[in-house]
Amino acid sequence: MDLQDLYRDVIVDHNRNPRNFGRIDPADAHAEGFNPLCGDHLQLWAKLDGDRIADVQFEGKGCAISVASASLMTETLKGRSLTEVHDYFKQIHALLTTDDYKPTLPLGKLAALSGVREFPSRVKCASLCWHTLMAALDRQNKPVSTE
Amino acid sequence: MNSSVDSPITAPTTAQLQAQAQSGGLDVVRIRKDFPILSRQINGKPLAYLDSGASSQKPRSVIDAESHYYEQIHANVHRGVHSLSQWATEAYEGAREKVRGFINAASTREIIFVRGTTEAINLVAQSYARPRLQPGDEILITWLEHHANIVPWQMVCEQTGAKLKVAPIDERGEVDVAAFENLLGPRTRLVALAHISNALGTVLPLQRLIAAARTHNAAVLIDGAQAVPHMAVDVRALDCDFYAFSGHKMYGPTGIGVLYAREAILKTMPPWQGGGDMILQVTFDKTTYNTLPYRFEAGTPNIAGAVGLGAAIDYLQSLGLARIAVCEQQLLRYATATLEKIPGLRIIGTAAEKAAVVSFIVDGVHPHDLGTILDADGIAIRTGHHCAMPVMEFFNVPATARASLSFHNTREEIDRLAAGIEKARRLLGPPTATGTN
Repeated sequence: MDLQDLYRDVIVDHNRNPRNFGRIDPADAHAEGFNPLCGDHLQLWAKLDGDRIADVQFEGKGCAISVASASLMTETLKGRSLTEVHDYFKQIHALLTTDDYKPTLPLGKLAALSGVREFPSRVKCASLCWHTLMAALDRQNKPVSTE
Repeated sequence: MNSSVDSPITAPTTAQLQAQAQSGGLDVVRIRKDFPILSRQINGKPLAYLDSGASSQKPRSVIDAESHYYEQIHANVHRGVHSLSQWATEAYEGAREKVRGFINAASTREIIFVRGTTEAINLVAQSYARPRLQPGDEILITWLEHHANIVPWQMVCEQTGAKLKVAPIDERGEVDVAAFENLLGPRTRLVALAHISNALGTVLPLQRLIAAARTHNAAVLIDGAQAVPHMAVDVRALDCDFYAFSGHKMYGPTGIGVLYAREAILKTMPPWQGGGDMILQVTFDKTTYNTLPYRFEAGTPNIAGAVGLGAAIDYLQSLGLARIAVCEQQLLRYATATLEKIPGLRIIGTAAEKAAVVSFIVDGVHPHDLGTILDADGIAIRTGHHCAMPVMEFFNVPATARASLSFHNTREEIDRLAAGIEKARRLLGPPTATGTN
Protein backbone atom coordinates (compact mmCIF):
# COMPACT_ATOMS: atom_id res chain seq x y z
CA MET A 1 0.00 0.00 0.00
CA ASP A 2 1.73 3.14 -1.18
CA LEU A 3 0.06 6.45 -0.45
CA GLN A 4 2.28 8.21 -2.97
CA ASP A 5 0.80 5.98 -5.65
CA LEU A 6 -2.74 7.02 -4.68
CA TYR A 7 -2.12 10.72 -4.14
CA ARG A 8 0.10 11.41 -7.14
CA ASP A 9 1.02 15.00 -7.88
CA VAL A 10 -1.51 15.30 -10.67
CA ILE A 11 -4.31 14.09 -8.33
CA VAL A 12 -3.27 16.53 -5.61
CA ASP A 13 -3.12 19.35 -8.14
CA HIS A 14 -6.56 18.63 -9.63
CA ASN A 15 -8.04 18.33 -6.12
CA ARG A 16 -6.64 21.69 -5.05
CA ASN A 17 -7.49 23.38 -8.33
CA PRO A 18 -10.31 21.50 -10.01
CA ARG A 19 -10.71 22.29 -13.72
CA ASN A 20 -14.13 22.88 -15.27
CA PHE A 21 -15.65 23.55 -11.87
CA GLY A 22 -18.93 25.33 -12.51
CA ARG A 23 -22.35 25.06 -14.09
CA ILE A 24 -23.62 25.26 -17.64
CA ASP A 25 -26.97 26.96 -18.05
CA PRO A 26 -28.78 25.93 -20.14
CA ALA A 27 -27.21 22.49 -20.48
CA ASP A 28 -28.09 19.66 -22.85
CA ALA A 29 -27.42 17.02 -20.25
CA HIS A 30 -27.32 17.08 -16.46
CA ALA A 31 -27.12 14.48 -13.71
CA GLU A 32 -26.43 14.23 -10.00
CA GLY A 33 -24.32 11.54 -8.31
CA PHE A 34 -23.99 10.38 -4.69
CA ASN A 35 -21.60 8.12 -2.85
CA PRO A 36 -23.45 7.40 0.39
CA LEU A 37 -20.39 5.77 1.98
CA CYS A 38 -18.34 8.94 2.14
CA GLY A 39 -20.91 11.62 1.43
CA ASP A 40 -19.50 12.52 -1.98
CA HIS A 41 -22.00 14.47 -4.02
CA LEU A 42 -21.49 15.92 -7.48
CA GLN A 43 -23.44 17.42 -10.33
CA LEU A 44 -22.44 17.37 -13.97
CA TRP A 45 -23.58 19.52 -16.88
CA ALA A 46 -22.74 18.97 -20.53
CA LYS A 47 -23.24 21.02 -23.66
CA LEU A 48 -23.44 18.94 -26.83
CA ASP A 49 -22.52 19.87 -30.38
CA GLY A 50 -24.00 17.11 -32.51
CA ASP A 51 -22.43 13.96 -31.17
CA ARG A 52 -19.56 15.84 -29.52
CA ILE A 53 -19.18 17.15 -25.99
CA ALA A 54 -18.67 20.86 -26.54
CA ASP A 55 -18.36 21.61 -22.84
CA VAL A 56 -18.65 19.71 -19.58
CA GLN A 57 -18.57 21.17 -16.08
CA PHE A 58 -19.04 19.85 -12.57
CA GLU A 59 -19.71 21.01 -9.04
CA GLY A 60 -19.76 19.16 -5.79
CA LYS A 61 -18.16 18.14 -2.54
CA GLY A 62 -16.04 15.10 -2.21
CA CYS A 63 -12.75 13.50 -1.34
CA ALA A 64 -9.56 14.26 -3.25
CA ILE A 65 -9.98 11.19 -5.43
CA SER A 66 -13.53 12.04 -6.49
CA VAL A 67 -12.79 15.72 -7.14
CA ALA A 68 -9.57 15.02 -9.04
CA SER A 69 -11.24 12.27 -11.04
CA ALA A 70 -14.06 14.59 -12.11
CA SER A 71 -11.60 17.34 -12.96
CA LEU A 72 -9.42 15.00 -15.05
CA MET A 73 -12.46 13.50 -16.73
CA THR A 74 -13.90 16.83 -17.83
CA GLU A 75 -10.51 18.00 -19.07
CA THR A 76 -10.03 14.84 -21.11
CA LEU A 77 -13.50 14.58 -22.61
CA LYS A 78 -14.08 18.11 -23.83
CA GLY A 79 -14.39 17.99 -27.62
CA ARG A 80 -14.64 14.18 -27.74
CA SER A 81 -17.35 12.29 -29.61
CA LEU A 82 -19.89 10.26 -27.65
CA THR A 83 -18.33 7.08 -29.04
CA GLU A 84 -14.97 8.13 -27.64
CA VAL A 85 -16.58 9.02 -24.31
CA HIS A 86 -18.01 5.51 -24.03
CA ASP A 87 -14.62 4.02 -24.92
CA TYR A 88 -12.94 6.07 -22.20
CA PHE A 89 -15.59 5.00 -19.70
CA LYS A 90 -14.84 1.33 -20.39
CA GLN A 91 -11.08 1.87 -20.21
CA ILE A 92 -11.25 3.78 -16.93
CA HIS A 93 -13.53 1.17 -15.44
CA ALA A 94 -11.04 -1.55 -16.38
CA LEU A 95 -8.11 0.56 -15.14
CA LEU A 96 -9.76 0.96 -11.72
CA THR A 97 -10.74 -2.65 -11.27
CA THR A 98 -8.31 -4.89 -13.18
CA ASP A 99 -4.76 -5.73 -12.11
CA ASP A 100 -2.07 -4.74 -14.62
CA TYR A 101 -4.59 -3.44 -17.12
CA LYS A 102 -2.98 -2.13 -20.31
CA PRO A 103 -5.19 0.60 -21.75
CA THR A 104 -5.66 0.63 -25.51
CA LEU A 105 -6.37 4.37 -25.60
CA PRO A 106 -3.82 7.02 -24.74
CA LEU A 107 -5.14 7.97 -21.29
CA GLY A 108 -2.81 10.89 -20.64
CA LYS A 109 -3.27 12.33 -17.16
CA LEU A 110 -6.16 9.92 -16.51
CA ALA A 111 -3.53 7.21 -16.09
CA ALA A 112 -2.82 8.78 -12.68
CA LEU A 113 -5.96 7.02 -11.47
CA SER A 114 -4.34 3.61 -11.80
CA GLY A 115 -3.04 3.90 -8.21
CA VAL A 116 -6.63 3.77 -6.92
CA ARG A 117 -6.84 0.07 -7.81
CA GLU A 118 -4.72 -0.80 -4.77
CA PHE A 119 -7.32 0.84 -2.52
CA PRO A 120 -10.57 -1.06 -3.15
CA SER A 121 -12.56 1.13 -0.76
CA ARG A 122 -11.72 4.14 -2.92
CA VAL A 123 -12.62 2.82 -6.38
CA LYS A 124 -16.15 4.19 -6.08
CA CYS A 125 -14.73 7.64 -5.35
CA ALA A 126 -12.93 7.63 -8.69
CA SER A 127 -15.78 6.13 -10.69
CA LEU A 128 -18.63 8.31 -9.37
CA CYS A 129 -18.13 11.10 -11.92
CA TRP A 130 -17.99 8.63 -14.78
CA HIS A 131 -21.25 6.96 -13.80
CA THR A 132 -22.82 10.36 -13.34
CA LEU A 133 -21.70 11.45 -16.81
CA MET A 134 -23.10 8.28 -18.37
CA ALA A 135 -26.41 8.95 -16.65
CA ALA A 136 -26.43 12.53 -17.88
CA LEU A 137 -25.74 11.46 -21.45
CA ASP A 138 -28.45 8.83 -21.24
CA ARG A 139 -30.69 11.75 -20.34
CA GLN A 140 -31.56 10.08 -17.08
CA ASN A 141 -32.28 12.82 -14.66
CA LYS A 142 -32.49 10.43 -11.74
CA PRO A 143 -29.71 10.73 -9.15
CA VAL A 144 -26.92 8.18 -9.49
CA SER A 145 -25.75 6.31 -6.42
CA THR A 146 -22.64 4.19 -6.10
CA GLU A 147 -24.52 1.83 -3.78
CA MET B 1 14.24 -9.81 29.97
CA ASN B 2 17.97 -9.26 29.62
CA SER B 3 18.46 -7.33 32.82
CA SER B 4 19.92 -9.49 35.55
CA VAL B 5 19.62 -6.90 38.28
CA ASP B 6 15.87 -6.42 38.00
CA SER B 7 14.05 -8.38 40.61
CA PRO B 8 10.72 -9.71 39.30
CA ILE B 9 8.98 -7.93 42.17
CA THR B 10 9.89 -4.28 42.11
CA ALA B 11 8.14 -1.10 42.99
CA PRO B 12 6.46 0.44 39.95
CA THR B 13 8.62 2.91 38.07
CA THR B 14 7.71 6.57 37.98
CA ALA B 15 6.63 6.14 34.36
CA GLN B 16 4.34 3.24 35.29
CA LEU B 17 2.81 5.22 38.14
CA GLN B 18 2.31 8.17 35.83
CA ALA B 19 0.64 5.97 33.24
CA GLN B 20 -1.70 4.55 35.87
CA ALA B 21 -2.57 7.97 37.21
CA GLN B 22 -3.40 9.04 33.66
CA SER B 23 -5.77 6.13 33.22
CA GLY B 24 -8.00 6.25 36.27
CA GLY B 25 -6.04 3.57 38.09
CA LEU B 26 -6.34 1.07 35.24
CA ASP B 27 -3.19 -0.74 34.14
CA VAL B 28 -3.37 -0.05 30.41
CA VAL B 29 -0.31 -2.12 29.58
CA ARG B 30 -1.95 -5.17 31.12
CA ILE B 31 -5.36 -4.36 29.67
CA ARG B 32 -3.92 -4.17 26.16
CA LYS B 33 -2.68 -7.73 26.54
CA ASP B 34 -6.28 -8.81 27.13
CA PHE B 35 -7.11 -7.89 23.50
CA PRO B 36 -5.35 -10.23 21.05
CA ILE B 37 -6.03 -7.98 18.05
CA LEU B 38 -4.22 -5.02 19.60
CA SER B 39 -0.87 -6.73 19.14
CA ARG B 40 -1.22 -7.11 15.39
CA GLN B 41 0.28 -4.93 12.72
CA ILE B 42 -1.77 -3.11 10.09
CA ASN B 43 0.08 -2.08 6.93
CA GLY B 44 3.35 -2.74 8.73
CA LYS B 45 2.50 -0.50 11.70
CA PRO B 46 1.16 -1.34 15.16
CA LEU B 47 -2.62 -1.09 15.17
CA ALA B 48 -4.00 2.05 16.85
CA TYR B 49 -7.67 1.21 17.12
CA LEU B 50 -9.63 4.43 17.53
CA ASP B 51 -12.95 3.14 16.21
CA SER B 52 -14.56 1.51 19.24
CA GLY B 53 -17.70 3.59 18.69
CA ALA B 54 -18.34 1.69 15.47
CA SER B 55 -17.50 -1.67 17.03
CA SER B 56 -15.25 -2.48 19.95
CA GLN B 57 -12.53 -5.12 19.92
CA LYS B 58 -12.89 -8.28 21.98
CA PRO B 59 -10.92 -9.32 25.04
CA ARG B 60 -9.57 -12.87 25.21
CA SER B 61 -12.14 -13.78 27.89
CA VAL B 62 -15.04 -13.06 25.50
CA ILE B 63 -13.44 -14.99 22.65
CA ASP B 64 -12.70 -17.89 25.00
CA ALA B 65 -16.21 -17.90 26.47
CA GLU B 66 -17.69 -18.35 22.99
CA SER B 67 -15.17 -21.03 22.02
CA HIS B 68 -15.67 -22.88 25.30
CA TYR B 69 -19.40 -22.76 24.82
CA TYR B 70 -19.13 -24.34 21.37
CA GLU B 71 -16.46 -26.84 22.39
CA GLN B 72 -18.06 -28.08 25.61
CA ILE B 73 -21.64 -26.98 26.04
CA HIS B 74 -23.58 -26.34 22.86
CA ALA B 75 -27.04 -27.75 22.19
CA ASN B 76 -30.35 -26.02 21.63
CA VAL B 77 -31.88 -24.25 24.60
CA HIS B 78 -35.22 -24.78 26.33
CA ARG B 79 -35.76 -28.01 24.41
CA GLY B 80 -33.89 -31.18 25.24
CA VAL B 81 -33.80 -33.20 28.41
CA HIS B 82 -30.23 -34.19 27.71
CA SER B 83 -27.36 -32.74 29.68
CA LEU B 84 -25.95 -30.48 26.98
CA SER B 85 -29.30 -28.83 26.39
CA GLN B 86 -29.64 -28.18 30.09
CA TRP B 87 -26.14 -26.73 30.30
CA ALA B 88 -26.71 -24.59 27.23
CA THR B 89 -29.94 -23.31 28.76
CA GLU B 90 -28.13 -22.54 32.00
CA ALA B 91 -25.40 -20.67 30.13
CA TYR B 92 -27.94 -18.67 28.11
CA GLU B 93 -30.13 -17.85 31.10
CA GLY B 94 -27.03 -17.12 33.18
CA ALA B 95 -26.11 -14.48 30.63
CA ARG B 96 -29.59 -13.00 30.93
CA GLU B 97 -29.13 -12.68 34.69
CA LYS B 98 -25.76 -10.96 34.12
CA VAL B 99 -27.43 -8.45 31.80
CA ARG B 100 -30.16 -7.86 34.36
CA GLY B 101 -27.60 -7.06 37.02
CA PHE B 102 -25.53 -4.96 34.60
CA ILE B 103 -28.37 -2.50 34.00
CA ASN B 104 -30.16 -3.09 37.33
CA ALA B 105 -33.44 -4.30 35.81
CA ALA B 106 -36.00 -5.64 38.27
CA SER B 107 -36.34 -9.05 36.64
CA THR B 108 -34.87 -11.25 33.92
CA ARG B 109 -38.39 -11.23 32.42
CA GLU B 110 -37.52 -7.70 31.31
CA ILE B 111 -34.39 -8.74 29.39
CA ILE B 112 -35.03 -9.73 25.78
CA PHE B 113 -32.12 -10.92 23.67
CA VAL B 114 -32.16 -9.46 20.17
CA ARG B 115 -29.60 -9.02 17.36
CA GLY B 116 -28.65 -5.53 18.42
CA THR B 117 -29.88 -2.03 19.17
CA THR B 118 -31.48 -1.65 15.75
CA GLU B 119 -33.60 -4.77 16.17
CA ALA B 120 -34.55 -3.74 19.71
CA ILE B 121 -35.86 -0.37 18.51
CA ASN B 122 -37.72 -1.97 15.62
CA LEU B 123 -39.33 -4.41 18.05
CA VAL B 124 -40.63 -1.52 20.16
CA ALA B 125 -41.78 0.38 17.07
CA GLN B 126 -43.73 -2.56 15.71
CA SER B 127 -44.99 -4.25 18.88
CA TYR B 128 -45.43 -1.33 21.26
CA ALA B 129 -45.99 1.74 19.10
CA ARG B 130 -47.80 0.42 16.04
CA PRO B 131 -50.84 -1.07 17.80
CA ARG B 132 -51.24 2.03 19.97
CA LEU B 133 -50.64 4.99 17.71
CA GLN B 134 -53.54 6.87 16.21
CA PRO B 135 -53.40 9.41 13.40
CA GLY B 136 -52.16 12.69 14.86
CA ASP B 137 -50.31 11.07 17.76
CA GLU B 138 -46.68 12.14 18.09
CA ILE B 139 -43.28 10.55 18.59
CA LEU B 140 -40.54 12.90 19.76
CA ILE B 141 -36.86 12.30 18.99
CA THR B 142 -33.83 14.62 18.79
CA TRP B 143 -31.72 15.90 15.94
CA LEU B 144 -28.65 13.93 17.01
CA GLU B 145 -30.15 10.44 16.74
CA HIS B 146 -28.53 7.57 14.87
CA HIS B 147 -30.55 6.45 11.82
CA ALA B 148 -31.60 3.38 13.84
CA ASN B 149 -33.48 5.69 16.20
CA ILE B 150 -35.08 7.66 13.34
CA VAL B 151 -36.10 5.28 10.59
CA PRO B 152 -38.11 2.73 12.67
CA TRP B 153 -40.22 5.67 13.91
CA GLN B 154 -40.67 7.05 10.40
CA MET B 155 -41.87 3.62 9.35
CA VAL B 156 -44.37 3.34 12.19
CA CYS B 157 -45.57 6.90 11.52
CA GLU B 158 -46.24 5.93 7.93
CA GLN B 159 -48.13 2.84 9.11
CA THR B 160 -50.27 4.67 11.67
CA GLY B 161 -50.58 8.30 10.60
CA ALA B 162 -48.63 9.45 13.66
CA LYS B 163 -46.21 12.38 13.36
CA LEU B 164 -42.47 12.43 14.05
CA LYS B 165 -41.24 15.52 15.91
CA VAL B 166 -37.57 16.40 16.22
CA ALA B 167 -36.06 18.44 19.05
CA PRO B 168 -33.24 20.69 17.80
CA ILE B 169 -29.61 20.76 18.92
CA ASP B 170 -27.29 23.74 19.27
CA GLU B 171 -23.84 24.55 17.87
CA ARG B 172 -22.13 22.54 20.59
CA GLY B 173 -24.19 19.48 19.77
CA GLU B 174 -26.35 19.68 22.89
CA VAL B 175 -30.10 19.08 22.83
CA ASP B 176 -32.07 22.30 23.24
CA VAL B 177 -33.92 21.27 26.40
CA ALA B 178 -36.40 24.16 26.34
CA ALA B 179 -37.33 23.39 22.73
CA PHE B 180 -37.62 19.70 23.63
CA GLU B 181 -40.02 20.55 26.44
CA ASN B 182 -42.06 22.78 24.15
CA LEU B 183 -42.40 19.97 21.62
CA LEU B 184 -43.92 17.67 24.25
CA GLY B 185 -47.69 17.82 24.26
CA PRO B 186 -50.91 15.95 24.88
CA ARG B 187 -50.40 13.90 21.71
CA THR B 188 -46.83 12.81 22.55
CA ARG B 189 -47.06 9.06 22.98
CA LEU B 190 -43.42 8.12 22.85
CA VAL B 191 -40.05 9.82 23.31
CA ALA B 192 -36.98 8.10 21.84
CA LEU B 193 -33.56 9.44 22.84
CA ALA B 194 -29.94 8.52 22.50
CA HIS B 195 -28.12 8.19 25.80
CA ILE B 196 -24.90 9.27 24.06
CA SER B 197 -24.66 10.62 20.52
CA ASN B 198 -22.53 8.32 18.35
CA ALA B 199 -21.51 11.12 15.97
CA LEU B 200 -20.79 13.86 18.52
CA GLY B 201 -20.20 12.18 21.85
CA THR B 202 -22.82 14.32 23.60
CA VAL B 203 -24.20 12.77 26.79
CA LEU B 204 -27.87 13.71 26.91
CA PRO B 205 -29.36 15.13 30.14
CA LEU B 206 -31.68 12.14 30.44
CA GLN B 207 -32.87 12.84 33.95
CA ARG B 208 -34.39 16.12 32.89
CA LEU B 209 -35.64 14.94 29.49
CA ILE B 210 -37.28 11.80 30.90
CA ALA B 211 -38.89 13.74 33.75
CA ALA B 212 -40.37 16.14 31.18
CA ALA B 213 -41.67 13.24 29.08
CA ARG B 214 -43.26 11.76 32.20
CA THR B 215 -45.31 14.88 32.85
CA HIS B 216 -46.99 14.19 29.51
CA ASN B 217 -47.34 10.45 30.18
CA ALA B 218 -45.21 9.61 27.17
CA ALA B 219 -43.38 6.29 27.08
CA VAL B 220 -39.58 6.63 26.91
CA LEU B 221 -37.09 4.58 24.91
CA ILE B 222 -33.35 5.11 25.33
CA ASP B 223 -30.86 4.09 22.65
CA GLY B 224 -27.98 3.10 24.90
CA ALA B 225 -25.66 1.62 22.27
CA GLN B 226 -22.92 4.20 22.92
CA ALA B 227 -23.46 4.44 26.68
CA VAL B 228 -23.16 0.91 28.08
CA PRO B 229 -19.43 0.47 27.34
CA HIS B 230 -18.55 3.79 28.96
CA MET B 231 -20.66 4.32 32.07
CA ALA B 232 -22.74 2.46 34.64
CA VAL B 233 -26.36 2.36 33.52
CA ASP B 234 -29.28 1.87 35.90
CA VAL B 235 -32.56 1.58 34.02
CA ARG B 236 -34.63 1.97 37.16
CA ALA B 237 -32.81 5.11 38.25
CA LEU B 238 -33.26 6.48 34.71
CA ASP B 239 -36.99 5.70 34.87
CA CYS B 240 -37.15 4.71 31.20
CA ASP B 241 -39.58 2.18 29.75
CA PHE B 242 -37.22 0.74 27.15
CA TYR B 243 -33.44 0.63 26.95
CA ALA B 244 -31.72 -0.82 23.87
CA PHE B 245 -28.07 -1.75 23.38
CA SER B 246 -25.69 -3.93 21.36
CA GLY B 247 -23.14 -6.47 22.50
CA HIS B 248 -20.53 -5.63 19.89
CA LYS B 249 -20.02 -2.04 21.07
CA MET B 250 -19.40 -3.19 24.66
CA TYR B 251 -16.58 -5.69 23.93
CA GLY B 252 -19.05 -8.52 23.33
CA PRO B 253 -19.82 -10.46 20.14
CA THR B 254 -21.64 -9.17 17.09
CA GLY B 255 -25.21 -10.32 16.47
CA ILE B 256 -26.36 -10.10 20.09
CA GLY B 257 -28.07 -7.20 21.79
CA VAL B 258 -30.60 -6.44 24.45
CA LEU B 259 -33.97 -4.81 24.76
CA TYR B 260 -34.82 -3.96 28.32
CA ALA B 261 -38.52 -3.22 28.75
CA ARG B 262 -40.62 -2.75 31.85
CA GLU B 263 -42.51 -5.94 32.58
CA ALA B 264 -45.86 -4.17 32.95
CA ILE B 265 -45.51 -2.80 29.43
CA LEU B 266 -44.15 -6.02 27.90
CA LYS B 267 -47.24 -7.84 29.14
CA THR B 268 -49.41 -5.58 26.99
CA MET B 269 -47.33 -6.02 23.83
CA PRO B 270 -48.21 -8.59 21.18
CA PRO B 271 -45.41 -10.86 19.93
CA TRP B 272 -43.40 -9.40 17.06
CA GLN B 273 -42.09 -12.47 15.29
CA GLY B 274 -43.66 -15.92 15.37
CA GLY B 275 -41.85 -19.24 15.60
CA GLY B 276 -40.16 -21.54 18.06
CA ASP B 277 -39.45 -20.54 21.67
CA MET B 278 -42.12 -17.83 21.66
CA ILE B 279 -45.03 -20.28 21.93
CA LEU B 280 -46.45 -22.61 24.56
CA GLN B 281 -48.92 -24.51 22.44
CA VAL B 282 -49.83 -24.56 18.77
CA THR B 283 -52.91 -25.98 17.13
CA PHE B 284 -54.17 -24.85 13.76
CA ASP B 285 -56.97 -23.04 15.56
CA LYS B 286 -55.00 -21.19 18.16
CA THR B 287 -51.51 -20.58 19.44
CA THR B 288 -50.77 -19.85 23.07
CA TYR B 289 -47.77 -17.60 23.50
CA ASN B 290 -44.98 -18.24 25.91
CA THR B 291 -44.30 -16.20 29.03
CA LEU B 292 -41.88 -13.31 29.25
CA PRO B 293 -39.23 -12.82 28.02
CA TYR B 294 -39.47 -15.82 25.66
CA ARG B 295 -42.57 -14.46 23.97
CA PHE B 296 -40.27 -12.00 22.19
CA GLU B 297 -37.52 -14.47 21.31
CA ALA B 298 -38.80 -16.39 18.31
CA GLY B 299 -36.50 -19.04 16.88
CA THR B 300 -33.29 -20.49 18.25
CA PRO B 301 -31.51 -17.53 19.80
CA ASN B 302 -27.89 -16.48 19.49
CA ILE B 303 -26.85 -18.62 22.46
CA ALA B 304 -23.10 -18.28 21.99
CA GLY B 305 -23.52 -14.53 21.50
CA ALA B 306 -25.40 -14.24 24.79
CA VAL B 307 -22.68 -16.24 26.54
CA GLY B 308 -20.04 -13.95 25.02
CA LEU B 309 -22.03 -10.90 26.10
CA GLY B 310 -22.11 -12.27 29.63
CA ALA B 311 -18.32 -12.60 29.51
CA ALA B 312 -18.05 -9.01 28.26
CA ILE B 313 -20.12 -7.83 31.23
CA ASP B 314 -17.83 -9.77 33.58
CA TYR B 315 -14.84 -8.13 31.91
CA LEU B 316 -16.23 -4.59 32.17
CA GLN B 317 -17.20 -5.16 35.80
CA SER B 318 -13.76 -6.56 36.65
CA LEU B 319 -12.24 -3.27 35.43
CA GLY B 320 -15.03 -1.23 37.02
CA LEU B 321 -17.23 1.12 35.04
CA ALA B 322 -16.35 4.02 37.31
CA ARG B 323 -12.63 3.50 36.64
CA ILE B 324 -13.34 3.10 32.92
CA ALA B 325 -15.21 6.42 32.91
CA VAL B 326 -12.33 8.23 34.65
CA CYS B 327 -9.75 6.71 32.30
CA GLU B 328 -11.72 7.57 29.18
CA GLN B 329 -12.45 11.12 30.32
CA GLN B 330 -8.71 11.66 30.77
CA LEU B 331 -8.09 10.28 27.28
CA LEU B 332 -10.81 12.56 25.91
CA ARG B 333 -9.25 15.63 27.50
CA TYR B 334 -5.84 14.69 26.12
CA ALA B 335 -7.21 13.97 22.63
CA THR B 336 -9.21 17.21 22.57
CA ALA B 337 -6.23 19.30 23.67
CA THR B 338 -3.90 17.54 21.21
CA LEU B 339 -6.18 17.82 18.19
CA GLU B 340 -7.21 21.41 18.93
CA LYS B 341 -3.59 22.45 18.42
CA ILE B 342 -3.67 21.35 14.78
CA PRO B 343 -4.24 24.35 12.49
CA GLY B 344 -7.34 24.06 10.34
CA LEU B 345 -8.87 21.34 12.52
CA ARG B 346 -12.35 21.91 13.87
CA ILE B 347 -13.95 19.63 16.44
CA ILE B 348 -17.62 18.93 15.71
CA GLY B 349 -19.45 18.31 18.97
CA THR B 350 -18.23 20.30 21.96
CA ALA B 351 -20.91 19.52 24.53
CA ALA B 352 -20.06 20.16 28.18
CA GLU B 353 -20.70 16.50 28.96
CA LYS B 354 -19.18 14.15 26.40
CA ALA B 355 -18.15 10.55 26.01
CA ALA B 356 -14.67 9.82 24.66
CA VAL B 357 -15.55 10.64 21.06
CA VAL B 358 -13.83 13.32 18.98
CA SER B 359 -15.49 14.09 15.66
CA PHE B 360 -13.61 16.58 13.53
CA ILE B 361 -12.95 18.04 10.11
CA VAL B 362 -9.67 19.35 8.69
CA ASP B 363 -9.44 22.23 6.20
CA GLY B 364 -8.70 20.98 2.70
CA VAL B 365 -8.61 17.31 3.71
CA HIS B 366 -11.75 15.27 3.13
CA PRO B 367 -12.41 12.79 5.97
CA HIS B 368 -12.31 9.90 3.52
CA ASP B 369 -8.79 10.82 2.38
CA LEU B 370 -7.76 11.28 6.00
CA GLY B 371 -9.08 7.79 6.79
CA THR B 372 -6.97 6.28 4.01
CA ILE B 373 -3.84 8.20 5.01
CA LEU B 374 -4.19 7.22 8.68
CA ASP B 375 -4.85 3.59 7.73
CA ALA B 376 -1.50 3.48 5.96
CA ASP B 377 -0.01 4.21 9.40
CA GLY B 378 -2.07 1.52 11.13
CA ILE B 379 -4.51 4.02 12.67
CA ALA B 380 -8.19 3.04 12.44
CA ILE B 381 -10.79 5.80 12.69
CA ARG B 382 -14.31 6.14 11.34
CA THR B 383 -14.99 8.53 8.49
CA GLY B 384 -18.29 9.42 6.92
CA HIS B 385 -21.73 10.43 8.15
CA HIS B 386 -21.79 7.96 11.08
CA CYS B 387 -25.36 6.92 10.23
CA ALA B 388 -26.42 10.34 11.48
CA MET B 389 -26.99 12.32 8.28
CA PRO B 390 -29.18 14.95 9.99
CA VAL B 391 -26.26 15.75 12.32
CA MET B 392 -23.97 16.24 9.30
CA GLU B 393 -26.61 18.45 7.70
CA PHE B 394 -26.92 20.52 10.89
CA PHE B 395 -23.18 21.22 10.96
CA ASN B 396 -23.19 21.65 7.18
CA VAL B 397 -20.49 19.07 6.56
CA PRO B 398 -20.78 16.05 4.25
CA ALA B 399 -18.85 13.88 6.65
CA THR B 400 -16.50 13.97 9.61
CA ALA B 401 -13.56 11.95 10.85
CA ARG B 402 -14.21 10.39 14.24
CA ALA B 403 -11.81 9.00 16.79
CA SER B 404 -13.73 7.06 19.42
CA LEU B 405 -11.63 6.07 22.38
CA SER B 406 -11.61 3.16 24.76
CA PHE B 407 -9.85 2.46 28.05
CA HIS B 408 -7.36 0.35 26.07
CA ASN B 409 -6.13 3.37 24.12
CA THR B 410 -3.01 5.32 25.04
CA ARG B 411 -1.76 8.86 24.74
CA GLU B 412 0.88 7.59 22.38
CA GLU B 413 -1.87 6.42 20.01
CA ILE B 414 -3.47 9.87 20.16
CA ASP B 415 -0.07 11.41 19.37
CA ARG B 416 0.18 9.09 16.36
CA LEU B 417 -3.29 10.23 15.26
CA ALA B 418 -2.18 13.86 15.48
CA ALA B 419 0.98 13.12 13.50
CA GLY B 420 -1.10 11.34 10.86
CA ILE B 421 -3.43 14.32 10.54
CA GLU B 422 -0.42 16.61 10.09
CA LYS B 423 0.86 14.27 7.39
CA ALA B 424 -2.51 14.43 5.60
CA ARG B 425 -2.44 18.24 5.79
CA ARG B 426 1.02 18.30 4.21
CA LEU B 427 -0.13 15.94 1.47
CA LEU B 428 -3.55 17.38 0.63
CA GLY B 429 -4.23 20.50 2.66
CA PRO B 430 -4.03 24.05 1.40
CA PRO B 431 -0.50 24.95 0.23
CA THR B 432 0.03 27.13 3.33
CA ALA B 433 -0.45 24.01 5.44
CA THR B 434 3.07 22.98 4.50
CA GLY B 435 4.38 25.89 6.56
CA THR B 436 4.40 26.03 10.33
CA ASN B 437 1.62 28.60 10.74
